[in-house]
Parts: sequence; C-alpha cells; structure tokens
Amino acid sequence: MCTETKPSPMRWLKGQMLSRMQGMITCKEFENFVLSYLDGELSPTQSRVFRMHLLLCRECRDYLCAYERSVELSKLLLQEPRKPVLDEVPEDLIKAVLAAKNSKP
Amino acid sequence: MKEISPSTPEEPTHAKPDDVLDPDHIVRNHIGWMLSLAKRTLGGNKDAAEDVVQDAFMSAFRSLGSLENPDNIKPWLRRITINAALMKIRQNKRLAEQSIDEHLPEFDQLDCRLEGRWSFLASAEDVQENQIQLDILNKAFSTIPESYRIVLQLRDIEGYGTAEVASILDISESNVKTRLHRARSALKKILEPLLRGEIK
Repeated sequence: MCTETKPSPMRWLKGQMLSRMQGMITCKEFENFVLSYLDGELSPTQSRVFRMHLLLCRECRDYLCAYERSVELSKLLLQEPRKPVLDEVPEDLIKAVLAAKNSKP
Repeated sequence: MKEISPSTPEEPTHAKPDDVLDPDHIVRNHIGWMLSLAKRTLGGNKDAAEDVVQDAFMSAFRSLGSLENPDNIKPWLRRITINAALMKIRQNKRLAEQSIDEHLPEFDQLDCRLEGRWSFLASAEDVQENQIQLDILNKAFSTIPESYRIVLQLRDIEGYGTAEVASILDISESNVKTRLHRARSALKKILEPLLRGEIK
C-alpha cells in the first residue's frame, strides 16, 4: 500500500539512502523478511542486512516491537480460556449433545 | 482442507479413566473450552459454534474406541473440534471475503514505513489483568478476515508447524507464511489503540 504523503527532507534522505546504498533494504523490502527473521530462517547475510535496517530505521524498530507484542498477546491470551466457562454454556446445548449421543448408541 | 491427524502429546487429567470416558463427564468437562475454540475459529459466530460443538461430540463418541490413552482426551477433542470448525467453514463458503489490505502496513512513495512513534507499548500482563482489554483482543482477532485468521489460529495459537497448516488447509507453505505475516500485521494494527494504552 502506498500513500501520496509528501516526504519531509529527512524522510527523503532516508529513502534515498535505504534504496540506493549497497547492503541496504527499504522498509517495504524489510517487510518481506520479518517472518523469516522471527522464525530464525534468514541467512547470515540476510540477517546482517535486516539488523542494519533496524539500526537505522526508527519506524521499523517500533513496528517490529508492536508486531512481536501482538503475537505474544495472541499466543498467551487466546490459547486457553482463562477461567472455566461452563456457566456460559447453554444447558440446552449440553442436553442436546447428550440426547443426540443417547439416540445414536 | 484435510483432517488433522492425531499426533500431539498430552497433558494429563486427574480423573480416573472410567470417569474420563463417561459421555456425561466428557461433555460437561470439555464443552466450555470447545465452544470457545469453535467460536474463535468461526470468527465469533455463536450459533455456528454450537453446531460445530455438537458435530464434534458426535464425531468423538463415534470414534471414542480409537482413543488409546484417556489422558490424551483433551488434545484429541481439540483436533476434532478444529476439524469440525473447518468443515463448517467449507460448507459455508459463501460471501466474498473482506479484504485485509486496510489493516496492512503503509509506506510512502520512497517505500519508507509510515509508523507513528511508540512512546508506550502495553505489556501482556497489562492486558491479562484487564477484562475490557481482553474482550478487545478477542474482538480484534474476530475482525481479521477468515482465511488469514485461521492460519494465525492454527500456527500461533494451536501451535501447528507451517507444513502442517499447509496440509490442513491444502495450500502451499509459502501461502501459509504470507497469510500468517499479513494476519499478524493486521492484528497489530487493529490492536494499536490498546497497545498504545489509549484504551484503559
């Protein structure tokens, strides 16, 4: 996705540096490496380029931190209901399941 | 989509084996989390989740004899519930799916990321202790378009590997990776107000 926002001189300079300098990647290219980086699947060279980008780019550092925190939250809090939810289960549903079981021995 | 094969190790339950395999015990002891799991897999659709749980129990009772170790009943039921939910999704293949593009990262014309500065990032503990924030997290998860949400659920929450998810959903591993990254990016974007501490 690309917006039409006009970059500030600093952003323009950063864009030029990341897109033109040897061994650098743009933020858009960085995006393609995030999953492999977190899965430990980058080659040593790719890893070095990825880390160099992180060092130079505040936006990608912030993005990656928030991305990792979202993953952590979903893993931690959605894996299991935190408390028994039996009181939220309609008794009718329990009865229907048991009735169906008993009608099909 | 293929059925998930039984292969996961298990956490022991403390009931005696006879009790564990009693239908009444099975239903009352497991229906709560199975309903939650089905609801989450189906994007919060409660009625469809109840259908899935009924189907899952019927399937479980039919094949109860194949359960070699009663201690494995929970992951066994977990896989059956996910299979039943995936079956339901296939049956209802239906409305055009919502695009995920609006939740993906944005870049300027120089391919530089557009990302506001983060002066605060909520911790998992912050969220864990706040029921309102937990509800927001659940709702955010449901907001992610289905084909992406299922990959996120199977890989990040249920803990299946990329190859397993590819096999279950009958898609390529690279497609699993693409969908997973987009789903995570979308979740991050949807959760931003919560992560930035703007929702107390």
